[in-house]
Amino acid sequence: MLTFLLRRLAASLVVLLVASYVVYVITCFSGDPLQDLRQSTSPNKAGLIAQRTALMHLDVSPFLRYFIWFGGLLKGFTGHFTLGVTSGGQAVTGQLTAAVGSTFQLVTGATLIAIVIGVALGVVTALRQYTAFDYGTTMMAFVFFSLPSFWLAVLLKEYLAIDFNNFLGHPVVPPVVIAIVALVAGVVAWSITERGRSRWWFVGGTMVVIAAFLTFISLTHWLDNPGLTIGGVAVLGVATAFGVSYLTAGKENKRSLYAALTTALVGVVLYYPLEWTVFSSMSMPLFLFLGVVAIAVGALVGWLWGGPDRRVSMRTGGVVAFLTAGYIAVDRFMQDWNTYVNSTYVNGRPIATIGSQTPNFDGDFWFTYIDRITHLALPTISLALISLAGYSRYARASMLDVMNQDYIRTARSKGLTERAVVMRHAFRNALIPVVTIVTLDFGALISGAIVTENVFSFQGMGDLFIAGVTAVDPNTIMGVFLVTGIWAIAFNVIADVLYSALDPRIRVTS
Amino acid sequence: MSDHDSRGSHESNPLDVVPMGGGIGGGMAHMEAAGAHEGVENAIELKEVEGLSQGRIILRRFLHHRGAMISLIILVALLLLAYSSIGFKVFGLQIPGWWKYQYTDITNNSNNLHPTLSLWPPRFGAHPFGQDEIGHDVFAETMRGVQQSFMIIVVIGVVSTAIGVVVGAVAGYFGGLIDALLMRLTDMFIIVPLIILAAVIGHYAAGAGPFVLAVLLGVLVWTSLARLVRGEVLTLRSREFVEAAKVAGASHRRIIFKHILPNAAGVIIVSMTLTMAAAILLEAALGYLGLGVQLPDISLGSLISTYESSFGTRPWLFWYTGTFILVIALTVNFIGDGLRDAFDPRQRRKLSRRAKQEASSSRPAALIETMNKAGQ
Repeated sequence: MLTFLLRRLAASLVVLLVASYVVYVITCFSGDPLQDLRQSTSPNKAGLIAQRTALMHLDVSPFLRYFIWFGGLLKGFTGHFTLGVTSGGQAVTGQLTAAVGSTFQLVTGATLIAIVIGVALGVVTALRQYTAFDYGTTMMAFVFFSLPSFWLAVLLKEYLAIDFNNFLGHPVVPPVVIAIVALVAGVVAWSITERGRSRWWFVGGTMVVIAAFLTFISLTHWLDNPGLTIGGVAVLGVATAFGVSYLTAGKENKRSLYAALTTALVGVVLYYPLEWTVFSSMSMPLFLFLGVVAIAVGALVGWLWGGPDRRVSMRTGGVVAFLTAGYIAVDRFMQDWNTYVNSTYVNGRPIATIGSQTPNFDGDFWFTYIDRITHLALPTISLALISLAGYSRYARASMLDVMNQDYIRTARSKGLTERAVVMRHAFRNALIPVVTIVTLDFGALISGAIVTENVFSFQGMGDLFIAGVTAVDPNTIMGVFLVTGIWAIAFNVIADVLYSALDPRIRVTS
Repeated sequence: MSDHDSRGSHESNPLDVVPMGGGIGGGMAHMEAAGAHEGVENAIELKEVEGLSQGRIILRRFLHHRGAMISLIILVALLLLAYSSIGFKVFGLQIPGWWKYQYTDITNNSNNLHPTLSLWPPRFGAHPFGQDEIGHDVFAETMRGVQQSFMIIVVIGVVSTAIGVVVGAVAGYFGGLIDALLMRLTDMFIIVPLIILAAVIGHYAAGAGPFVLAVLLGVLVWTSLARLVRGEVLTLRSREFVEAAKVAGASHRRIIFKHILPNAAGVIIVSMTLTMAAAILLEAALGYLGLGVQLPDISLGSLISTYESSFGTRPWLFWYTGTFILVIALTVNFIGDGLRDAFDPRQRRKLSRRAKQEASSSRPAALIETMNKAGQ
């Protein structure tokens, strides 16, 4: 396995090196880097041209100039790593670091959303093959798949953002809209359930819950000053405990349910202590650390409860703990929402359409990340919508394939519940090919985000790259290329590893 | 084509899929995994197609695919509209169209630049899609955009298919060092993010016109097809009829082009269609970034880029072009889907519930073998 990976990495690096030479030379010949200076009317024109020529080594032939750039890479061994300077004279490394950070946030968020929703949709459509819901979702997937990403992005920016900001100014849902939304939810609920008496309970319940929630929001102007409070966290935590425990362990496994409920309770008990202590001095590493701690605590609770299979209880506990911790964090963000919306930075229009953060924004952890999230919202949605269309198709195909296997019939015939068959036997196996595809796709998405970033003037890799292309600046382009190339190689290798780790039938040999 | 139906049914498990993000043309290819009840379905299907040739059966399956047929009709209607309305040039000869303006014409302001198209009462009006502030008729511009974008995707489809087929077939057939070298070359094109290469090359080809741009883009997007063809050739290479041809003394070229490639026609045609569907999005994205077709010529992508700034005041400049891109991409995707269902013997029409229940599912051991191969 290790030899296989090393060989693959080595081959990929050689390919990357050759490709970098090609890209460098092509870039150099793609235009005139001095064009803007040649047309300038500055009295110091000749001086400026000479200055840039020296800066970018324009007097060296591109075929050799590459090695100046490559030399900068090699200096990494002596601690003087450099990717050269842009035509503006700034170091590429500095610009690249900032850009990679924001693009990474964007791509990760979009992929996570796309995986969760896409796989869920794919599995449900596969289980309900040839229903109205299946056809509807398939049609939508094709439409989103055929949408030009920038067009979708511009529409989101011009319609969704503006309308949603208007709505937030006066957050009341008209009764007609409530009725329509509830009806649509009811139709969806109807089409994904099977015939029987419980179907009507499910449909009715969905409609009532949705209508009640929207009415509550309207009557209390909840969105003006949102918050879950400890009561909301408790209700959500208990509901999550029941849901997760049912899906991962089944109704019969009481120990798992108790572990889940205990975990949710621990979360509720910690609500105020967390608020008073660590939340006031929050930072990103601490935030992530708390998330990990939550999972560990949940797993510990699961371990203590034990049950027929200790690992199942631990898993349930971990998932519930993570989600409950998430609710507490969301609640904390919500507490600052009103102040953020009414601050002078946003003036009541929180969903931003331009940039990756408000310039000169100043605030603590919570404010800063509210600001980040409102800027990330639209580009994330537009990237996620297109990705999830593809994922839902892959997940559906894979799930259908698995559901027709012999071992599924065997599992059914030995009397397992449908939940156990679907969740334990089918779903896990269906995920194997999906994981591979998603990993590869994640490796490629970083360059796919270029167009979307451009629409939202998001200061990421795309921004940098377009600037590089228009200025005919090989150093900038090579910086972007290196990051995307290494990223793609890394995720290709990760896909291979995951693939053979998940599917015991696959054994890579070197 | 005689060997087609008997082809192993395990070749396109969903793991063969080239992920869509990695490049153009991966698309929805092979997304639909087949149900594994070949035996019974074969029996049902065989009765329907008794006495028909392979080509007829495929055509029949395609004609029965409702989504694909509707898409085909819409696409043909759209192209007829685009080419008949403003006319087109053949060998320097201008064929006139029935529409009164050309995309280069400057017209007088009428109806406040607003579109005059209305569905009820049905009315076309002087400027159905409105005008821009210079006075260009947006309908004529959009028609020109459709013509150019369609020309570009056809050229990309043809060029990338030609390269992909040759590279894939040679790599798969000869194997060894040639295979390794060609696949590393393919890797190289895959590692370099497509949009980067396309943008650099688009920038380079900007002055040379849309046709050159299309050819250059075609040179970039053949990789997924090459991989698919290689896989197909690898399985076909060891089949008896190829052995027979070898024994009979056929040359390599004859074996590749006469014996192997016709049997891979399904994969090639489907992949070409899906590449074209992805190509229109690529062209549009490049046009939007200002790196595609340049003025004075027009494509759908460059139109959107030109008019984006006036979105706030006159959104229809944006709506119509975007809708045309969506319609072309959607119809081509559906046609590709229909073609795949027609070519892939495992892709069946919906069968009755009873037939499905009766269908026995037996997964051949060969699947495991293929999966092992895919993992290497």
